[in-house]
Amino acid sequence: MTATTTANGVAARAVDVWKVYGSGEAQVIALRGVNIELERGRFTAIMGPSGSGKSTLMHCLAGLDSVTRGTVEIGGTVLTGLSDKALTTLRRDKVGFVFQQFNLLPTLNAKENILLPLSIAGVKPDPTWFERVIESIGLSDRLGHRPSQLSGGQQQRVACARALASRPEVVFADEPTGNLDSRSGAEVLGFLRTSVREFGQTIVMVTHDPNAAAYADRVVFLADGQIVDELREPTAGSVLDKLKSLDTPEVCADVLGEGTASGGVA
Amino acid sequence: MFRATIRSLLNRKLRLILSTLAVVLGVMFVSGAFVLTDTIGRSFDALFTTAYSTVDVQIIRTPRSEAGVQDASVAEPVPASLIDDLEPVTGIRKITGTIILDGARVISPNTGKIISGGMGVPNFGGNWTGEDDLVKLRQGRGPSEDTEVVINASLAKAGTFSVGSQIEILLPATGTDDPTGETTQSRRRTFTVCGIFGYAGGRDSVTGETYVAFTTPAAQRLMLGTTDAFSEIDILVADGSSPTAVRDAIRDRIGPDYRVNTGKDAAKEQSDFLKDQLKFFNYILLGFATIALFVGIFIILNTFSIIVAQRMRELALMRAIGASRRQVLVAVLLEAGILGLIASGIGLLCGIGVGAGLAAAAVTFIEGMELAGLGVPLTAVIASFGVGIPVTLIAALIPAVKASRIAPIAALQESTIPDKPLTRLTIGGIVVTLAGNVALALGLTDHAGGHELLAAFAGILTTFVGIALLTPIIARPAVSALGRLLAWSTPGELGRRNTARNPRRTAITAAALMVGVALVTAISTLFSSATVSTRTMLDETLHADLLVYGIQTGQNPPTFHPNLLVTTRQQADVEAVAGYWYDVARSDDGQTMVSATDDLAAFIAISGSKTTQGRGTRLAPGEIVIDSRMAKEHHLTLGSTVRYGLTRADDRDFTVIGIYQRNEIIWGPVLSIEDAQDFRARDPQLAFINLRDGANVEAMKAMIDGMLVDSPDISVVDRSGYLEQQTSMLNMLLGFIQVLLALAMVIAVLGVINTLILSIFERTRELGLLRAVGLSRAQTTRMITVEAVVISLFGALLGIVVGAGLGAAVVQALRDEGYTTIAFPYGLMAIYLALAALVGVIAAVFPAARASRLNVLTAIAHE
Ligand SMILES: Nc1ncnc2c1ncn2[C@@H]1O[C@H](COP(=O)(O)OP(=O)(O)O)[C@@H](O)[C@H]1O
Ligand SMILES: [Mg+2]
Repeated sequence: MTATTTANGVAARAVDVWKVYGSGEAQVIALRGVNIELERGRFTAIMGPSGSGKSTLMHCLAGLDSVTRGTVEIGGTVLTGLSDKALTTLRRDKVGFVFQQFNLLPTLNAKENILLPLSIAGVKPDPTWFERVIESIGLSDRLGHRPSQLSGGQQQRVACARALASRPEVVFADEPTGNLDSRSGAEVLGFLRTSVREFGQTIVMVTHDPNAAAYADRVVFLADGQIVDELREPTAGSVLDKLKSLDTPEVCADVLGEGTASGGVA
Repeated sequence: MFRATIRSLLNRKLRLILSTLAVVLGVMFVSGAFVLTDTIGRSFDALFTTAYSTVDVQIIRTPRSEAGVQDASVAEPVPASLIDDLEPVTGIRKITGTIILDGARVISPNTGKIISGGMGVPNFGGNWTGEDDLVKLRQGRGPSEDTEVVINASLAKAGTFSVGSQIEILLPATGTDDPTGETTQSRRRTFTVCGIFGYAGGRDSVTGETYVAFTTPAAQRLMLGTTDAFSEIDILVADGSSPTAVRDAIRDRIGPDYRVNTGKDAAKEQSDFLKDQLKFFNYILLGFATIALFVGIFIILNTFSIIVAQRMRELALMRAIGASRRQVLVAVLLEAGILGLIASGIGLLCGIGVGAGLAAAAVTFIEGMELAGLGVPLTAVIASFGVGIPVTLIAALIPAVKASRIAPIAALQESTIPDKPLTRLTIGGIVVTLAGNVALALGLTDHAGGHELLAAFAGILTTFVGIALLTPIIARPAVSALGRLLAWSTPGELGRRNTARNPRRTAITAAALMVGVALVTAISTLFSSATVSTRTMLDETLHADLLVYGIQTGQNPPTFHPNLLVTTRQQADVEAVAGYWYDVARSDDGQTMVSATDDLAAFIAISGSKTTQGRGTRLAPGEIVIDSRMAKEHHLTLGSTVRYGLTRADDRDFTVIGIYQRNEIIWGPVLSIEDAQDFRARDPQLAFINLRDGANVEAMKAMIDGMLVDSPDISVVDRSGYLEQQTSMLNMLLGFIQVLLALAMVIAVLGVINTLILSIFERTRELGLLRAVGLSRAQTTRMITVEAVVISLFGALLGIVVGAGLGAAVVQALRDEGYTTIAFPYGLMAIYLALAALVGVIAAVFPAARASRLNVLTAIAHE
C-alpha cells in the first residue's frame, strides 16, 4: 500500500510526520510517524475519533503548521524549513482551504470572496474557469451578495469555489459540512465530488460523518495520531462498519500492530 | 459582580492602558501645573525672604494703582525729611534712606547690547548704603564721587568689568531737565567702577538682576530726578523690639500717604506678585489638560463601546442568569471608575515629575535662585482625581447604558449588534452643533453677559461634540471616497472596506483627531487673516517712510531721547515727524490705553486718519483728542472731560478738543507731551517719519541709525521692514500654538492605535483566514496602514473644514477690530493633512505588527 501511485502522480505527501505539542507533563503527541500520499485528482477523506489528530494532520499537510519531525511535500515542494513568506505564497498559489466555519470576509461579496486569493496574488482570473466553477456551485445569481445575505450552505459553497478559484494543487476541507443541515451538506459534498470528477481537482476532507466520507474515493482512518486503516471506494455502510470495528479495543490494538508493521498506510 | 469586573479589567490590560493614556496625559498637565506653581512659589518665597533679610520695616509711598505692589520703575520719592519725623518712634536701631529703581541699563563693552539677566529681570540703579548682613563688597570700595559706581558681581561678570573699568549706563528719563545741561541725544553716561559687591552665601545677584549703586546724591538726581528724597526707607529694629510694633507705631505717626510694612510682609507681597504673574504658565498647562481630557473622552468612549460590543454575549449571559440592568450598568461604570482611578494616579505621578522638571528648568533661567524642595500640594492630588475619574466615568456612561440595554436573548444569538440607523444620532448632532454655534456667536458678539470667553470656549467644545455626532453619517461616503485614493491594491481595498465597516467607530476615532486639527486650523486662519488684514491696513493707511522703535521684552518699553525727534525734524529731506508715547491709564473702564504725540497734525496725517471735529493740531497740557468710536460709545463731544489716572500722577480731568477718525494705528485718547511726563516711560517709544518726495530713504535711515548708537534696544526700519516685523510676531506665536497641535495629535495617534488594536482583536479570525488563503505579512501591514491612514485623513479633513469655519466665524466677528480679510492658510492646511497621513502610518505600526504576527491556526480557532 505504501507505494500507491497512480498514473496521475502525487499531489501531496507526508513522510514520517510527528507532531508534538508542549513539553514535559503537558506534552501531547498529536501525530506519531504518519506516512501518507495523496493522489492527484482523487477525493480523500480522513476519519477518526475526536482528538485522533485529523485536523493536525491536515494543518501540517497544508503548510499551516510546522511538523516536529518528518517532511511534508506539496506539488513537489518540500515545506520543511520554508520561511513564513514562502509558506504564504505556497498556500496562496498551491493550496485551497475550506474551514468548518467562518470562511468568508464579511466586507466582500460572494464574487470578491471567491476571487480573493487571486486578487491577493495580483493575478487575473481565468474567465472560462471562473464560469465553470460558478456554474457548478449554482450561485450565479448570488454573486453580488454579502456573506450575511447567504445561507450557511451557500456560504460554504462560496468557500469551496474560493478554494478552487486558483486551481490549487490540493484543496483541504476541515469538516466543511459540520455546521450544515444534511441537505446543504449534500450540496457541498456533491460539488466537491464534481470538482474532482470533472475538473480533476485533488481534495482532502476531514470528517466524522460516514455519509460524507462516502462521497470520497478513499477513506483513511486515524487513531491516536497514527493511520490505522483505509478504505477504497467507500459507501456509508462500509465506513460505518470499519468505524465500529476500530472502536473495539482489541481490534484497535490489532490494527495498530498491523499499521506499525507495514510502516503506515498510504 | 465586583470580582467579574476586576477579572475583565485584567483581561484587557493593554487595550485599557492605551485608552486611558489620554487621561493620564490630561491629569499629568493638571497636577504638573499645581506642582510647578507650588514649587516655584516656595522658591520665590525663599528668595524674597533672603532679599528682605536685612529689612525689619520698610516705608514706601502708597502706590497709586490698585495692584498695590511697589512698581520698581515708577516708585514715588519719599522725602528725606520723613526720617526726622521718625525720631520719636521707639525701638528703631537703624534707619537707611534707600534708592532702588529699575531702569539703569548697562551697555556691554563686548557686544554693544544692554546687559540683561533675562526677560523682565530688572536693571537696578540705586545708592550705595554700605555693607550689611546681606550685601558684601568683594573688591574695591564704595563710591565717593558722583562719577563712581559699585556694581554687583553678576553685572561685573556679564560685562567683564573690574575695579577701574569705565562703564556706560543708559539712565532713565527722570522728567527733570538734563542734570548735566548738555545738549545730547542720549541718556548714556560714563562712570568708573570703584567696587564690586556680592551677597551673603556667595551669590552674585539675588535674582539675576544687574545693579549699579551710585553715591546717594547721584542716585537721587539720576534715578529719581530730585534731591533729598529716597525711593524707600528701610528700618532695623533694636534688639528686643518687634518689627510689627515698630511698624504700627510708624503707621500711626506718618499716616496713609505711606505704606509701612514689615520686611516679612514686603517679601511676601513681592513674592505673591510674582506668583500671580506665574499663573500664565498654569493657564497654558491647564489649557493643554483640557484638550487632552476632551480628546480623551472620545477615545475612552470608543474603547468602552467596542469592549461592550465584543462582550455582548457575555453580558447577555449575565442578564440571562439574573443580573439586573442596574448591575450591568454599575459593572461597566465600576470598570471605568477603577480605570480612571489608576489613570489619575499615574497622571498625578507623571505630573509631579513634569512640574518638578519645569520648575527646575525655570529656576536655571533665574540666576541665583534656588529651587525649593519638591512638594505635592493637596490641591494637586484633589484636582488630579477630581478631574480624571469623572472624565473617565462620563466617557463610559453611554457605552454602560448600552451594555445595560443588551437583551438576555442576545446570549443565544450568533449575530453581533445590528447597526442601528443613524437618524437619531444625526438629529442630535445637528441640535448640539447649533447649540454650540449659538454659544460661540453669543461669546463672539459680546452678548454673554460678561462671560464672553467662557461662552466662546464652551461653544467651541460643544460644536466639536455636535460635529462628532454628525461624523458617523458622513463617515461612510467620506471614507469610501478617501479610501479609493489609497485602495489601488487588494490589501488597500480590504483596509478601505474595514474602515467603512463601522462608521461610528471610525467616526469617533477621527473626531478625536479632528479636535486638535480644528483648533490649530482655526488659530492659523485667525493669524493669517490678521497678518493679511494688518498688512493691507498698514499699507493703505500708514504714510511713514521710516519708523524708529524697539521691541518691548520687559516691564519697561524701550525708549529713545526726545532730542532725536528734534534733530530729525531739522533735516532737509524730512517732511514730518511724529513722536509717540504710550501707556496704560486708570479710567472709568478700569484701564485705558493712552498715547501722546509731539506733533498731532503730523501723527494724524501719517497714520492716514483725519480730524472730523474740533482741532487736530498742537495739544496743550490737559487737552486730548479722541477717536469717533470712543466719542460715540462714551457720549463725548468737544469740551467734554474724561478722567484718567496716569501712572505717575493722581487722577485728573482732560478736556476733549478734537475728534478724529479711528484706525488701527491711531485710536483712543491722545495726550500732550507734557502730560506724557506722567507716563511710565517719559521718553518717546516710537517715531513716525515722513520724507519728502524724492528723498533718499537709505541715507536718512543711515543718519538716524547713527543717532541711535546709544540706544541698543531701538532701531530704525523702513516701511516694508515695519510691515515685516508687525507680522513676524504673529508667526512666532503661531509656532508656539502648534505645540498644541502636536499634543492633540499625539493623543489622537493613541486613539487610532487603540481603535485599530481593538478592531484587529475583533477580527482575529478574519485575519487568520486571510493569512491562510495567502495574504503575506507585508500585505497585512499594508491593509492596516491604509485603514489607519484613511481614518487619520478623514479626521484631519474634518478638522480642517471645521477649523476653517471656526476661524472664519471668529474673523467675521472681529471685523470691527480690524480683521478685514479672511485669509485661509492653505500651505499650513496642506501640512496638517500630510502630518495626519504620517500619523496614520505611525499609528499603524504597532497594530500591524501584532496582526501580521498572529498565528494563523489560533487566529482561525479564535472565538
Ligand atoms: N495547539 C495545540 N496545543 C496542544 N495540544 C493540541 C493543540 N492542537 C491539538 N492538540 C492536541 O492534539 C491532539 C489532536 O488534535 P486534533 O488534530 O485537533 O484532533 P481532531 O481534529 O482529530 O479532533 C488532541 O489531543 C489535541 O488536544
Ligand atoms: Mg478537528
